[in-house]
Amino acid sequence: MRKLLLIAVAAALPLAAAGCGEKPTVTVYKQGMYQGKPDTRPWDSDQSSTSLQNQWQKGDKVAWEKAIKARNLGQNEYVRGAQTAN
Amino acid sequence: MARMKFLADAERCIECNGCVTACKNENEVPWGVNRRRVVTLNDGLPGEKSISVACMHCSDAPCMAVCPVDCFYKTTEGVVLHDKDICIGCGYCFYACPFGAPQFPQDGAFGLRGKMDKCTFCAGGPEPDHSPAEFRKYGRNRLAEGKLPACAEQCATKALLGGDADVIADIYRDRVLKRGKGSEIWGWGTAYGRPEKQPATQPGAKS
Repeated sequence: MRKLLLIAVAAALPLAAAGCGEKPTVTVYKQGMYQGKPDTRPWDSDQSSTSLQNQWQKGDKVAWEKAIKARNLGQNEYVRGAQTAN
Repeated sequence: MARMKFLADAERCIECNGCVTACKNENEVPWGVNRRRVVTLNDGLPGEKSISVACMHCSDAPCMAVCPVDCFYKTTEGVVLHDKDICIGCGYCFYACPFGAPQFPQDGAFGLRGKMDKCTFCAGGPEPDHSPAEFRKYGRNRLAEGKLPACAEQCATKALLGGDADVIADIYRDRVLKRGKGSEIWGWGTAYGRPEKQPATQPGAKS
């Protein structure tokens, strides 16, 4: 009988301890601080799922800036016109 | 890299609404939500002017200041974004924004207001880049593909410029010198007149 009681207590212990492991589900609020999920930088994203796989490697900021600069300058039709005429 | 900004040239806009359509299409924006719209002043009168309006990603964004749950953050490129999982749809940002950028999907008999939706500068949101979750909540992340916002890139008359502030300001200056008029940039002073806030030190940190 005592053995059975011991086994029952031993089985119940992990269940009782599991209750202590519950993590808090409420956000700790800090006034003026962003509360959401962190975001990745544009050049840190994985390009394998896009059509621009060969433009730059993940984390290559310089190559990303080069791509953006080319797009920026492409908005100037005066320059584009001059390039076409030459 | 300077800050990403929009520049609307009222002298060139022909009110074609191509930018509105491009935005809707690129981000699959739901019915009733307009991240971008074209506003015409003195409509029908001689000399009417049109401008394309969306979130201007202000240097010192008032929406960030008033948000009671602090769901806004500014990226290192100066793009103002928000976390929809945190947003409670209170609408404070709508009243604070001088451009009417924040939009709220409405549904149901009592006009139930959903979580805020706004222009992301085609930079997605805090979900993993190019993930289905990011696209569903925030739209396409063109910036992470090395592209500029669809609205600016497709503009036929290049009335709407978007990108690095230094570059687009140079383009505009060159344009004004050539045509000899229309040096006023609508909304530029309101959005970018205040001192630039320091960029985020960590990804996702609020600056």
